Amino acid sequence: MSAAAIESAHNVPNADSSDGEVLLDIRDLFCERDDRILFQHLNFKLRAGEVLQVHGSNGSGKTTLLRIICGLNDSYQGAIYWQGTEVVEHIEDFYSALLYIGHRVGVSKVLTPVENLRWSCSLQRQRGDAAIYSALATVGLRGFEESQCFTLSAGQQQRVSLARLLLSDARLWILDEPFTTLDASGVEQLEGLLSKHANSGGAVLVTTHHQLQVPKLQRLSLG
Amino acid sequence: MNPTPATSTSAAFLATLRRDFLIAYKRKHDVVNPFMFFVIVVSLFPVGISPDPVKLAEIAAGVIWIAVLLASMLSMDSLYRADFEDGSLEQLLLSPHPLYFMVLAKNISHWLVSGLPVVLISPILAYMLNLPAAAYFTLLLSLLIGTPILSLLGSIAVALTVGLGSRGLILAVITLPMSVPVLIFGTLAVQASVNTMSPAGYLALMLAMLAAAISLGPLASAAALRISVD
Repeated sequence: MSAAAIESAHNVPNADSSDGEVLLDIRDLFCERDDRILFQHLNFKLRAGEVLQVHGSNGSGKTTLLRIICGLNDSYQGAIYWQGTEVVEHIEDFYSALLYIGHRVGVSKVLTPVENLRWSCSLQRQRGDAAIYSALATVGLRGFEESQCFTLSAGQQQRVSLARLLLSDARLWILDEPFTTLDASGVEQLEGLLSKHANSGGAVLVTTHHQLQVPKLQRLSLG
Repeated sequence: MNPTPATSTSAAFLATLRRDFLIAYKRKHDVVNPFMFFVIVVSLFPVGISPDPVKLAEIAAGVIWIAVLLASMLSMDSLYRADFEDGSLEQLLLSPHPLYFMVLAKNISHWLVSGLPVVLISPILAYMLNLPAAAYFTLLLSLLIGTPILSLLGSIAVALTVGLGSRGLILAVITLPMSVPVLIFGTLAVQASVNTMSPAGYLALMLAMLAAAISLGPLASAAALRISVD
């Protein structure tokens, strides 16, 4: 297994080719699963205003990398820095700046979209019902606000989780395959959200096999 | 772009409590099944053993406590399973609030919807088993102290096994050794009242267990959940 390669100018440490503040700094990450090295000597930086797309074949460790950065998986060696301090030392600061949407999107099937969003907002930033309803309308779920989520399609459930992007003020978005169940208009809307987030000083780490159409896109290959 | 958590931990605690109540309300079978199990098991004893009031009075305390223990184990399964499967558990782990309080909120709401109804129905079942009148209050009190302990202990086992595909008996194997002391002191307290002695000592010990379970249980559950989502 080869080391990961990053297809951009900033794989050299401290080569400040772009001006954005370094938000996330991954240093010498190593992960092994079932005697197979997923990645080693993995170094990269994510700056404010950047969208970093992680790509690689199935089983190359994209999801594992994202879960390691989130702290959901601790079978790794190396260090992860958030705004200059190691994540494990100030985990609350990191978590209040992080929004993660994984394969399992975190939408309870028995609750309605509104009830789901009320809860997920209360974990980070309290938002009023008006904001929640308007976010749901924006992601195309007007009329489904009070339907229990098991009556919605997979794509619509994914859209409920996308409404969280609109409601959150997290600076770092970590999204694992957010495009899989979305239709063309959903894909376009999500790309718009990613660009807007990057433009307003946020950063996005995303895995997808989709050809992302966003400015300032960085790519990281695994495997 | 405010890096500090804008919601207080108490707001997140209350929101989690509220959410779990809503889910329990919408998934009534999760709540009703353990309750019905408890009622059915206890009602079968007079049929199976003997309708003789004297014999029933002797076993009443033990029967009710054993049925409570089994019903509690049956109800625990629903605590984290759905959240694990839909990814809400990951969101809970990634919240900036101490996981201790989030787990405590889930435990409290779970006990209120599955433990408390069992406690409240127990005097009626005790009447059916001819429990001496002197022991009613102690039974209620011991269950009121004991069932939250069972929930908090069960939560640890469920948190440890939530990532496993099929759990079967493993939940019982983990939970039972920890729960047996609660069963012992619970029945001893009721028996003491039946024999017109003071149950205060046993109840005090159970209160001590409850204090330990509240302060340590959610910590252990939180650590177990972090392992399970790995």
